[in-house]
Amino acid sequence: MGSVGGEYRLKGIAKELLTYKSGVFGIAFLVVLISLSVYTIIAIPYGGAIDLWRGEGNVWIENPRNAQPYWVNYFGPNLPETIKRDSHQTGAGTVKVLIPIPQTNLKMLRIGFSFDYVYDAFPSEINIFFSARFNESAPFLRIYWTKPGSTEIKLLDYITRTANDNFYLSIHPQVAANIDSYIAGIVGEKPLAPLPVEQALFAVEDQTIKSTTTAKPLKGTYKLVIDGTLFGEDSDLDARVVIYGRICGLAGTDHLRRDLTIALLWGTPIALSFGLTASLTISLLQLLIATVSGYYGGKIDSLIQRFTEGYMILPFLPFLILIATFYRLDIWILLTVIIVLSVFGGGVKSTRALVMQIKEYPYIEAARAYGASSKRIVLLYIIPKILPPIVPSLIGSVPGYVFLEAALSLLGLGDPYLPSWGKVIEDSYRGGALYKGYYYWVTEPALMLILTAFAFSFLGFALDKIVNPKLREI
Amino acid sequence: MTDNILEVRKLFLYYATRKGTVKAVDSVSFDLKKGETLALVGESGCGKSSMAKAVIRLLPRNIDKYDGEVLLEQQNIMEHDETTFRKDVRWKKISMAFQGAMNSLNPVLKVGYQVAEPLLIHEDMKKQEALEKSIESLRMVGIHESFMERYPFELSGGMKQRAVIAMALVTHPRILILDEPTSALDVITQANIMNLLKKLKNEMGLSYIFITHDIGLSSELADKVAVMYAGEVQEIAKAEAFYRKPTHPYSQKLMASVPTLRTDKKPEFIPGAPPSLISPPTGCRFHPRCPSAFDRCSKENPPAFDLGSGHYVKCWWYEQSGEKNE
Repeated sequence: MGSVGGEYRLKGIAKELLTYKSGVFGIAFLVVLISLSVYTIIAIPYGGAIDLWRGEGNVWIENPRNAQPYWVNYFGPNLPETIKRDSHQTGAGTVKVLIPIPQTNLKMLRIGFSFDYVYDAFPSEINIFFSARFNESAPFLRIYWTKPGSTEIKLLDYITRTANDNFYLSIHPQVAANIDSYIAGIVGEKPLAPLPVEQALFAVEDQTIKSTTTAKPLKGTYKLVIDGTLFGEDSDLDARVVIYGRICGLAGTDHLRRDLTIALLWGTPIALSFGLTASLTISLLQLLIATVSGYYGGKIDSLIQRFTEGYMILPFLPFLILIATFYRLDIWILLTVIIVLSVFGGGVKSTRALVMQIKEYPYIEAARAYGASSKRIVLLYIIPKILPPIVPSLIGSVPGYVFLEAALSLLGLGDPYLPSWGKVIEDSYRGGALYKGYYYWVTEPALMLILTAFAFSFLGFALDKIVNPKLREI
Repeated sequence: MTDNILEVRKLFLYYATRKGTVKAVDSVSFDLKKGETLALVGESGCGKSSMAKAVIRLLPRNIDKYDGEVLLEQQNIMEHDETTFRKDVRWKKISMAFQGAMNSLNPVLKVGYQVAEPLLIHEDMKKQEALEKSIESLRMVGIHESFMERYPFELSGGMKQRAVIAMALVTHPRILILDEPTSALDVITQANIMNLLKKLKNEMGLSYIFITHDIGLSSELADKVAVMYAGEVQEIAKAEAFYRKPTHPYSQKLMASVPTLRTDKKPEFIPGAPPSLISPPTGCRFHPRCPSAFDRCSKENPPAFDLGSGHYVKCWWYEQSGEKNE
């Protein structure tokens, strides 16, 4: 006794699931997704993730824009990593000398950075971040650049504006002008379309430097020297130079330097909870409505059925767009709206047909005979009987809602703050990712969506075979 | 008079359909004594099951007429409202075992729990206690308690029928309505069930209303036989009298249609088809198929004539020999 019924319980079903290949794949994918979600929620708490995604406090400033994931280098290209040097940490190619000049309150400063550049592509950007301490006059700086086996190029005379000054070297017009005239000195004429600063600083110095199509990066040891004059007894200045690469992190970055890992990770619990909640709620509500409609019949049935028919005619997407446009929707309100718009759907019709069939079974009549109340009959006799065929379709419809969320995001109707997969796709679409060749930007969230779809579809197929034995192949 | 546990007087049950009113039960009267078995025989669609449903008041939505008197222990239960009826009569006093045992058990409930259901619903019993009673009831019908934890699809047809009977008996009712309890069962299982029913009747002093189309089978159990045709009871008689010499032409035809094992007599058939219950024939409802019908039969519906010792027959041929009843 007791163990006999075991094979019909959850454990038995799980065991049977594993006898199907699709079941194994479905469960494996789902386990991956769920562990990812759990890890994400623990490792990057919700509030933190939102702050990170909104870039609070310039957390991403040292990330390159639109960098590919680091592992693309394993497949051939030798793309530059981001090189960072900080004068706080001297040694290993970083030198800082600060000498007071006697009988004055002036100080002489020299900061030297040297680094090896061994990559086949140009960096994407160069920034220098100053942090200075001064009283009246800001430090006066002169910045030099030395290519391997070449002379020093003076880039700029610069007076820091504030104590923490971000100097965007690669877009500074004066630097660009200085470099242009330097290149003109090498090739003998002013190039028509001069190289961007970060390319010119790393390019081989021959005729190829004339244009971006021919320029090649020069490998070797580079030097960046900052000479300065500081005013005041306790004045000081430190510099941090960041030479942005073209690869970053496990998933790459987007146009706002944000690490896509955040969005891909956080997208998982969002997608799972969104899809499951939508699918579960809609299926169960439809089940309940259909059962009430089918079991009680008469006027209630007519009312529900006519209402459903009316509902089914309403165009779902335009309504959703309308609502989302007029009211700023976060993802959970969006979910509610989707549920409300789908409750009286086709599921009500098909389930009602099932209920109508079942309610004529003798065991229902017997139950009425021995005095079971309508509620008891509905909950204990009818719903358990129609649940099995509904469960696989419930599981199978989860990806549909995940895709819907992504599609709505792509239409700009998603939650603007939440890092979801749909949001990443939207960003990439607006950022012209495919046009510019940032394929990783689109494929990564798309792959996550596909993984989710696989997980639930496989699980749905396997469950379908278990609860509808007629579908089993011999 | 007082030993009648159930008296049915002029019971009507008409259904309203799109095509018209279906007169499924038309002025039916009979008595049932304590410990007695009434066999209700007749063709498919003659109103046998409707009769049972009318007694236990399990009515579909499309009722056109539901009228008459049903006296249960001298109390007219037709006057009870639905709640009282559900609480005091159904399963407390009158249980029913449904036809087609295959579908009479909830496929998602374990057998033990299913049998305990009436107790849980009616007597506010604790689940544990109800399940113990359920074991008892199942043992009574010869099902081992290890089947408590099984689902209906794991049981054979005969076992399911036993479980259905166990479910009907779990509340210890006075009257059990058996609606074709052995249909769709093989002959051996049928015999087993019939023996079980006999045993239960002796042990518990139950009264049965045994609904069947198998006149041979009914002879196993019946103390009294009622023959139904087109919504009317055509003949009621003590079993011995009925099987020895049925009086109504329809009963005679019905008896003649039973194949016999030891003689060469070929089973006869009744020409024609059962009449529509929407527009039954005028006069005696059997007259279009009756071999001995005469003029009057097609014009006037005969009353029940009393042939003595509880033998009533609705046929003009007995106008002389019997007294008109009511």
